Amino acid sequence: MNTYLAILVGGLLVNNFVMNRFLGICPFLGVSKKFDTALGMGMAVTFVMTLASFVAWIVEHFLLIPFDLSYMKTIAFILVIAVLVQVVEMALKKMSPSLYQSLGVYLPLITTNCAVLGVAILNSDEGYNLLESTLNGCCAALGFTLAMVLFACIRERLSLSRMPKWMDGFPGALITAGLMAVAFAGFGGLI
Amino acid sequence: MAKEKKGFFKVFLNGLIWENPVFTLMLGMCPTLAITVAASNGIGMGLATTFVLVCSNLFISLLRKIIPEKVRIPAFIVVIASFVTILEMLLKAFLPDLSKSLGMYIPLIVVNCIIFARAEAFAFKNGPVASIADGLGMGLGFTVAITILSSIRELLGNGTIFGVQIMPDAYQPMGIMLNVPGGFVTLGLLLALVNAIKNVAARKAAARKEELA
Repeated sequence: MNTYLAILVGGLLVNNFVMNRFLGICPFLGVSKKFDTALGMGMAVTFVMTLASFVAWIVEHFLLIPFDLSYMKTIAFILVIAVLVQVVEMALKKMSPSLYQSLGVYLPLITTNCAVLGVAILNSDEGYNLLESTLNGCCAALGFTLAMVLFACIRERLSLSRMPKWMDGFPGALITAGLMAVAFAGFGGLI
Repeated sequence: MAKEKKGFFKVFLNGLIWENPVFTLMLGMCPTLAITVAASNGIGMGLATTFVLVCSNLFISLLRKIIPEKVRIPAFIVVIASFVTILEMLLKAFLPDLSKSLGMYIPLIVVNCIIFARAEAFAFKNGPVASIADGLGMGLGFTVAITILSSIRELLGNGTIFGVQIMPDAYQPMGIMLNVPGGFVTLGLLLALVNAIKNVAARKAAARKEELA
């Protein structure tokens, strides 16, 4: 039970993917100008990351290890993720057009989101079992969403304020992210 | 031949300076921030990425007439992932120290947006020679940018560059520079500096035009 709690708190706050491990920075900076898009991206990522952790564990333990193909891990995982994203996109289009409308644009971007591949590799490095891997994927993705939504809220306010021309845009956003990271570092002692 | 050579350098310089992947295109942010705690890491990561970028650009450019438009993204992924796997094995065998300090960020080169973006935007549309030039330029531009970033962080956070003591002994190292916040803030300030230089240059160019007119 303790491990699960540690994974939960760790994924959400202490080892937050964006604020602590530098994973998923591209979408974090790229699609965080508005609250709505940030939330949409976060939800799409949560969906894919949970599924990807689950499937990647199965692929690793039932395909790669029995056939002694562990060195193919990177290729196998990225293919799993690419296929998964494609399948999720098609399934959403058929089953829930409204959800597809809101998440659809973000789905292709997720293939190259390093957080998804990152969580699969982390799970395999840490030697988590199936349940732990899936939980870790879900919590890490929720942590990503949390950081992204908070950041988007700050950026919405920031865009209204006057900034020197050379600080406008990415430089200002990066320094904001730095200050947020200081705040997240405060969670360090929780586990 | 002479004309092609000029084209080669033009494409190369374009990647190295004018469209530097880190400072202007904002691509490849994750490794840029994550591993830039020591200058040697910066160079190692930069050269590793350059290797993958040149090889994948070359192969994708050679295969561009065979790969159907619709499945190009999975095809790119397979090409890139193969080269990353080769690189991972080579590093583990010949440079185990670097391999250890870069850790999980080596397999993550697969999802470095620079490589993907160049495959899509350049290699899929241009010949092999130009693609190699683009790969070299972009890769070295990335290397230069992250080496600068990591030198600053290493200097302030540890008082050294490439492991050589630069700061006097009385200097108190700022540990925060080696942590996450330091990465974000240093890159933010560097980008602000690049923006400021560009603004001044643009203003000067405009002033010169006015003088001429």
